[in-house]
Amino acid sequence: MPIEVLMPALSPTMTEGKLAKWVKKEGDEVKSGDVLAEIETDKATMEVEAVDEGRIGKILVAEGTENVAVNTPIAVILGEGESAVDAVSAAPVPAPKVAAEPVVKDSGARPDATLPTGPEKGPAAAPPASDEDKFFDKTVKKTVREALRDAMAEEMRRDPTVFLMGEEVAQYQGAYKVSQGLLQEFGADRVIDTPITEYGFAGLGVGAAFKGLRPIVEFMTFNFAMQAIDHIVNSAAKTLYMSGGQMGCPIVFRGPNGAAARVAAQHSQDFTPWYASVPGLKVVAPYSASDFKGLLKSAIRDPNPVIFLENEILYGQTFEVPESEDFIVPIGRAKIRRTGTDVTITAHSLMVSYALAAAELLEKDGISAEVIDLRSIRPLDTETIVNSVKKTNRLVTVEEAWPTCSIGSELSALMMEHAFDYLDAPVIRVNGLDVPMPYAANLEKLVLPSPDRIADAAKKACYRK
Amino acid sequence: MAASRRRPKAQTESAPKQAASAEEMIKFYREMLLIRRFEEKAGQLYGMGLIGGFCHLYIGQEAVVVGVQAALKDGDDVITSYRDHGHMLACGMDPKGVMAELTGRRGGYSKGKGGSMHMFSREKNFYGGHGIVGAQVPLGTGLAFAHKYNKDDGLSAVYSGDGAINQGQVYESFNMAALWKLPVLYVIENNKYAMGTSQERAAAGELYQRGSAYGIPGHQVNGMDVLEVRAAAEKWVEYIRAGNGPVILEMKTYRYRGHSMSDPAKYRTKEEVEKMRSESDPIDNLKRNLLDGAYVTEDQLKEIDREVKAVVTEAAEFSQQSPEPDPAELWTDVLVEA
Repeated sequence: MPIEVLMPALSPTMTEGKLAKWVKKEGDEVKSGDVLAEIETDKATMEVEAVDEGRIGKILVAEGTENVAVNTPIAVILGEGESAVDAVSAAPVPAPKVAAEPVVKDSGARPDATLPTGPEKGPAAAPPASDEDKFFDKTVKKTVREALRDAMAEEMRRDPTVFLMGEEVAQYQGAYKVSQGLLQEFGADRVIDTPITEYGFAGLGVGAAFKGLRPIVEFMTFNFAMQAIDHIVNSAAKTLYMSGGQMGCPIVFRGPNGAAARVAAQHSQDFTPWYASVPGLKVVAPYSASDFKGLLKSAIRDPNPVIFLENEILYGQTFEVPESEDFIVPIGRAKIRRTGTDVTITAHSLMVSYALAAAELLEKDGISAEVIDLRSIRPLDTETIVNSVKKTNRLVTVEEAWPTCSIGSELSALMMEHAFDYLDAPVIRVNGLDVPMPYAANLEKLVLPSPDRIADAAKKACYRK
Repeated sequence: MAASRRRPKAQTESAPKQAASAEEMIKFYREMLLIRRFEEKAGQLYGMGLIGGFCHLYIGQEAVVVGVQAALKDGDDVITSYRDHGHMLACGMDPKGVMAELTGRRGGYSKGKGGSMHMFSREKNFYGGHGIVGAQVPLGTGLAFAHKYNKDDGLSAVYSGDGAINQGQVYESFNMAALWKLPVLYVIENNKYAMGTSQERAAAGELYQRGSAYGIPGHQVNGMDVLEVRAAAEKWVEYIRAGNGPVILEMKTYRYRGHSMSDPAKYRTKEEVEKMRSESDPIDNLKRNLLDGAYVTEDQLKEIDREVKAVVTEAAEFSQQSPEPDPAELWTDVLVEA
């Protein structure tokens, strides 16, 4: 059967082009790979190659013709024993010189008509069920540092595919002494010191997770994870989707995040909003030792990549932690740390302690503040926050991160969507100031949120002095 | 800067061309021809607007992946960059599923959500398909890490181009792979051009020596000859499997087409391309060997050509008949539901 050669699209955006030159003429024999013609696109002159074997039976579009639409037949190739007469009758009328239709046709359907309801379009997301409270009957005092170590040790005993890698995690026992004793218990095959090579070992961990291992990748701090963020976002978060669900990535990236003390701009940054914006990641930022333990256990068992944000200042703080190894905190549940009726204050990580201190100050002024520890940033427990705001009618958000596109910005938008009619005051954001972190002690203090700043914001929300 | 510095003479891998049986050579011929015809068809479907975005064809480089694959065994892993269609076919993935992914249809390996650069098959141990130049190198090193961790005797074949080999993360990977003696074969497919920049303008020194500071053996191989590729790969795969750590094989190869479909390839002469095609084509040369040695008849080769063409035609038809993904697929596979 005669084969039509069509005007090809030669770039992602081409809809028409000029047939600049015929390299073959009628009657020429062609084989696969031979250049037939040259075509000028909007960007370049390209060659058109034959895909089939045969003889040029008829040229349908003369050389020099402009604005030839993509998919217009430009020639006919004949097989053995076929004649040009067949070709002419087989060929359609040459297309008129009109602008081509876009290759990707608009179906006419508008997104609202065809898109299924996405998670963000439905009602406020409900948190997963949890039985965490029942384990507080028997507790012991632990530092955050010890709670993290216990979580890793328990999960490594439970599952031989779990291993820890990072800088100074093994022989040095952790740059912040979080992995104390793990090398001694689990050996060098499962507690692995890496070179200082964040991009490399983050990618290596993701590759190991593709094969079903469950790496815990420690960054000495999340400031250094910026070297590795390509593998966190492009490789870990997206591969499940890009593989149509085949290739999951059960990995935990953990380490201290946010400001420590007096380490200046490059070592004092809160990355929570960066990771929280990425579909395919889960992001947690706990405050208490029990939550660090319960959430790290959940993160290690989770079949998805989890960004586990710790805080250097919290490492040495002591909390009551359930004794039971069955204690676990599901990702996606906020915790109400203090109940109140006049204003809701949300915070995560170290800022929870500042919010609680602010609530004490507010109580002296007769203002009853409800403090919500977000714990999980993605997924966010929108339901718990919305229910609180429906009661208090006011929201103050607190975090170390810069204000632009922050968790506070997100919460403001969520209140517009889910609690607009309940708000008696604008949502107020208390963030780190919009500058790189300065070194000088007095300046650093001015940048970070403080209980006073939080209390002032809450009073403003309550229209009080 | 003048590029007149003299290059040291390459130590071309001198493993003897192992005699291949007629059966093996016919198998290689069929596999290379399948990749060639598949890619030509993909180019044609791109021209018809049925394949969108970026589409990087493997035409000219077929001997590399077919030769290396012949040295691997079940359970070994393969990972590469975005010029990945040939690797998938060589791993035994279904041409229908690959082509339907190129057209963005439901029947594609990633249900139409990955496209040309992002395809995977857990069943065939093909780990992608990665669109960030060089990213497959640490990922593939991680696959090798998992083999060592699991003590399963497998290895990972990590392909990258002469462009990717200049990325910093490649050397971070070399360091860890050598330090921990990971079972990984790094295959550099040197097709002479990183998009439009020739190797001479982008890379100092010889690529096969890039691991020497880490103590990683490196060798240059004629990547246009499937039997030479197979012989080198077999030799060094055995070395890796014996627990000696990583190896680098630089395959000197050539792509006939542009970097992607929209590349007019003005950075090289037509004569250069024509010379490679007429003198060094891996498929033509193997065909000549087969005929000269009287391993096959013209008719038998024509029969193979017909069979390959039928497979590709079927894949092309499937890729157009398979429906587009259901809009509900937008929201699936973002997270694994625990």
